[in-house]
Amino acid sequence: MRDYALINKLVIENLKHRWVRTLLSAAAVGTQATMILTIVGLSYGTLDDMASRSRGAGADIMVRPPNSSIIGLSGAPIPQKVLDYVRTLPNVDIATGTTIYSIGGANSVTGVDLEAFSQMSGGFRYLEGGPFRNPDDVIIDDYWARQNGLRVGSKMSFMNREWNVAGIVEPGKLSRIFLPIGILQDLSANTGRLTSIFIKLKKGTDVQSSVKSVRESLPGYQVYSVEEYASLISINNVPGLKAFIYVVIGISVVVGFLVVFLSMYTAVLERTREIGILKSLGATPAFILGVLIRETTVLALIGSAAGIGLSYVTRWAIMTYVPGSLTQSIVPSWWPVAILVSLVGSLLGALYPGYKAARQDAIEALAYE
Amino acid sequence: MSNGPLIEVRGLSKTYKMGDVDVHALRGVDLTVQRGEFIAIVGPSGSGKSTLFYILGGLAQASAGSVVVDGRDFAQMSDTERTRIRRELVGFVFQKYNLLPTLSAADNIGMAQFIAGQERKTDDWFRKTLDLLGVGHRLHHKPRSLSGGEQQRVAIARAIVNHPALLLADEPTGNLDTENAEVVLKLLRDLNERLQQTILMITHNPEAAAYAHRIVHMRDGRIVHP
Ligand SMILES: Nc1ncnc2c1ncn2[C@@H]1O[C@H](COP(=O)(O)OP(=O)(O)OP(=O)(O)O)[C@@H](O)[C@H]1O
Ligand SMILES: [Mg+2]
Repeated sequence: MRDYALINKLVIENLKHRWVRTLLSAAAVGTQATMILTIVGLSYGTLDDMASRSRGAGADIMVRPPNSSIIGLSGAPIPQKVLDYVRTLPNVDIATGTTIYSIGGANSVTGVDLEAFSQMSGGFRYLEGGPFRNPDDVIIDDYWARQNGLRVGSKMSFMNREWNVAGIVEPGKLSRIFLPIGILQDLSANTGRLTSIFIKLKKGTDVQSSVKSVRESLPGYQVYSVEEYASLISINNVPGLKAFIYVVIGISVVVGFLVVFLSMYTAVLERTREIGILKSLGATPAFILGVLIRETTVLALIGSAAGIGLSYVTRWAIMTYVPGSLTQSIVPSWWPVAILVSLVGSLLGALYPGYKAARQDAIEALAYE
Repeated sequence: MSNGPLIEVRGLSKTYKMGDVDVHALRGVDLTVQRGEFIAIVGPSGSGKSTLFYILGGLAQASAGSVVVDGRDFAQMSDTERTRIRRELVGFVFQKYNLLPTLSAADNIGMAQFIAGQERKTDDWFRKTLDLLGVGHRLHHKPRSLSGGEQQRVAIARAIVNHPALLLADEPTGNLDTENAEVVLKLLRDLNERLQQTILMITHNPEAAAYAHRIVHMRDGRIVHP
């Protein structure tokens, strides 16, 4: 058994010898890994949060307008009379409608019938303040309050108006910003119209068969069990998101390639003499290439470990500063992808410098000084 | 191993291309070295001594002429085969900058053993040799904390650790005081006598050259007979 520990020692000592370059290269590779993990974490986190807030409404069945997409609902095309009709269907315990109005970015305001919604969802848990009292009252969740530094009595403005924060509630129930549904409908020129309808069934009713019968009663409408709907909120159902993640991965490979190319290229240039010495000892080109590949692998692994660590930092920053708009999860199942992407980019970058080192004329370095 | 001379060089020339300029480092060298010979090579700076060593050790390719080492013609060999000959047959001591700077003296020696596929053992003889060379207690130091002379002696130890049939030593005593130079020269003579290792040594020092069986003079890329 040959003593590969010595090769590893050479690799580590080489990396330590130029530790600034090593750290900078690893940091650059790591930033790529962080970028991937943050994008993925944001996608998963934000979608999971949406899904769990949908469940938080406490409904069993959801009715959505015809031809609507899973994510990013706006507009309010459902007439009020559909809700009235749904209430007459068998086994329906509570049915209530909501209106959603987008106020920019991924943020939206949800209009609710507070009484019915509370009954259905078990009621808001107020951390501060209480329900609507005046026509300019708004209820927000704790994340939104923290992100924007709002307290009860603070003023908020959206839809060209100033609103008064009446209550701050625990997050997790459908939305982050709530208005009385009538007020939101009037302001958004959707009087009497709804974005979606939530149905809570009578105790002991079978959800699947009710979904079927509601579907039959409301031809054209999208009727899901809330569970089914929540499971549909995934990366696959957000148009373009997957492609976006692939683009980020592609950029990461390219940047990793460039960084390591430059780093290893300079390493080879400044090591001509050492490579000459190794060759004089009988080292083959494959041996020289092997040393460089090991160095690159260590670099990429340090980089991806740092990248994984950094993704916790970005999550902390997001959850501290913008918890109301974004949610980032840590997604360990993507760690191997991030590591692989770092490795692939780095090894591609080491290829040409390695080839150059392996082919290098030994005496050029040794003869002359 | 064949039984003819260890080295047979005929009409060897080497031209370095420096952009547009051709540097004729060797201009038709003929040299035969028998197995077990200890030869000193002397000559003015720039006469092509180191270049001859690089070609004999398979580190550089001849521009013309033939080089046969241990019965094998270098011109007919692939890079891989030349590398193998170097690994199995040749020990190098360079004029300067001999050691891998990031590894300790001991690991530099270990690397030579590793590449040659040898066990990393230090037998009694080798340990005594290291002490004789005065570097036994300096082995865990990296080259930058060794003096030039110590580095040179570690390089000599590294070159002989695998008992190469051919030792090419380029001014092995160049950096050494008289006392250490004598130690090194006696060591080389001992290796030559006891183990029949063939040794070629470049030197500028007549006293050092006197240790060899035979002195070869070089001038302007040729072997001359003064
Ligand atoms: N890599 C190289 N590229 C171009 N020219 C070179 C190279 N190496 C050596 N030379 C030239 O070839 C000639 C012979 O050089 P070489 O190093 O063999 O001489 P030397 O006899 O070893 O000299 P010294 O005693 O100074 O070590 C010199 O003119 C030198 O400048
Ligand atoms: Mg020389």
